[in-house]
Amino acid sequence: MITRAEYCVIACAEAWRDSGEVLASPMGLVPSLGARLAKRTFSPDLLLTDGEALLVGLDGRPEGWLPYRRHLTMVTGGRRHVMMGASQIDRYGNQNISCIGDWERPARQLLGVRGAPVNTLNNPVSYWIPRHSPRVFVERVDMVSGVGYDHAVGPYHRLPRVVTDLAVLDFATPDHRMRLASVHPGVTVDEVRAATGFDLATDGEVPYTREPTAEELRLIREVVDPGGLRDREVPPR
Amino acid sequence: MTPEEVVGRLRSGMTLGIGGWGSRRKPMALVRALLRSEITDLTVVSYGGPDVGLLAAAGRIRRLVAPFATLDTIPLEPHFRAAREQGRFAMTEYDEAMFMWGLHAAANRLPFLPVRAGLGSDVMRVNPELRTVASPYGDGEEFVAVPALRLDAALVHLNRADRSGNGQYLGPDPYFDDLFCEAADTAYVSCERLVDAFPAGTAPQTLLVSRHSVTGVVETPNGAHFTSCVPDHDRDEPFQKLYATTPWPEFAARFLSGKSEDDYQAAVRAWREEDAT
Repeated sequence: MITRAEYCVIACAEAWRDSGEVLASPMGLVPSLGARLAKRTFSPDLLLTDGEALLVGLDGRPEGWLPYRRHLTMVTGGRRHVMMGASQIDRYGNQNISCIGDWERPARQLLGVRGAPVNTLNNPVSYWIPRHSPRVFVERVDMVSGVGYDHAVGPYHRLPRVVTDLAVLDFATPDHRMRLASVHPGVTVDEVRAATGFDLATDGEVPYTREPTAEELRLIREVVDPGGLRDREVPPR
Repeated sequence: MTPEEVVGRLRSGMTLGIGGWGSRRKPMALVRALLRSEITDLTVVSYGGPDVGLLAAAGRIRRLVAPFATLDTIPLEPHFRAAREQGRFAMTEYDEAMFMWGLHAAANRLPFLPVRAGLGSDVMRVNPELRTVASPYGDGEEFVAVPALRLDAALVHLNRADRSGNGQYLGPDPYFDDLFCEAADTAYVSCERLVDAFPAGTAPQTLLVSRHSVTGVVETPNGAHFTSCVPDHDRDEPFQKLYATTPWPEFAARFLSGKSEDDYQAAVRAWREEDAT
């Protein structure tokens, strides 16, 4: 029995397929498991950090120095693919992590825009949303932190995918509206629609998120996350 | 110098840069000295952590210039959050890279630097004073012209420093402490330990801050508490949790009502002993 969390790890790992020698910046547990799985299997050239200022190999040994000042150059140089969180996201991929409500005096102050504006104009940005709900998938975000396709400027804007506990979404439509790319096994298209606060594009029959291989499943369970922490971020259902 | 002497050089209404990042290597002893003074109405420029939280809770901030405020292991800074939700200070919310290039512009005596960040986001909406600049070369791309973040004073905390103001970091990340000092008219370095001289064989790249950009030095052992200052000390997670969950008047009365940094450190020790029993 493959758990929902395991499909999520696979769907996150796929974000870094064919990325080459770039920094994988996963934010959140499941994306970081995905990045490590990708590096152990189909994207061995990925760079990973220890969460502080070191680039480390899979064994944890240092292979480089990446303090914030150099990290920001990695962003603007484009040699990075980040998977950020989102408190709100809209149909064009505008993302908000700054605040809920009116910015002048927010109902809920969150983190602030952080690096979302520079990330989205410079390196590929995917998103991980552990609870797919209409509160997150909204018509209009309250504070555009990460830039969506309808506001994109410059030559490097790209949002490859949005992974949630229910599905994988992307922007592979003519006008870059969000599309339901796959549902995780056990989830229906209607469930995803009901959990989304705007209309989702679809392209014929929606496929299922791919199955992990036997070797990927072994790596997830025995090597990448032997403690089973993934089930805390995405509970079995 | 002492923390009190540093604060004696500061004035209400100043623009104050604070080094470190989030809940990492913050000049907390100097921030606490500020809290013991009457200085207020500050424009605070910071990759925000509990420095912002403490000054916000005490009502000392008129304007905050920041891309975020966080305690790292506790994502949302509770006092920053409360102050924003109650509209207690004005904010200039920049992206992390815009903020860095604003400091670079100030350090290089430039009025602005072009950055590929901010355009398309609501950073432009909430900072209507921001202007853009077009590349004068063939590509014609438009950039945000981030204005120089010139500081009246900078406060940073390092692992070691000598009396003339040379500062050394021993952790993995310099953050932007050198840049804060260079962007400021005056800069004050607090350090875990004052040294007579750096030994021969010192790794030169650890000597982050140079005396030409520093006005004064203070020795404040454990002065970054409760933020991290590796390898001298890690973040004090239990105390940070206490800070984040205790009502401000209670926290301030217990830990910040003393007359000196020594009183603060003694109050923390007393709490730790009590907590252990």
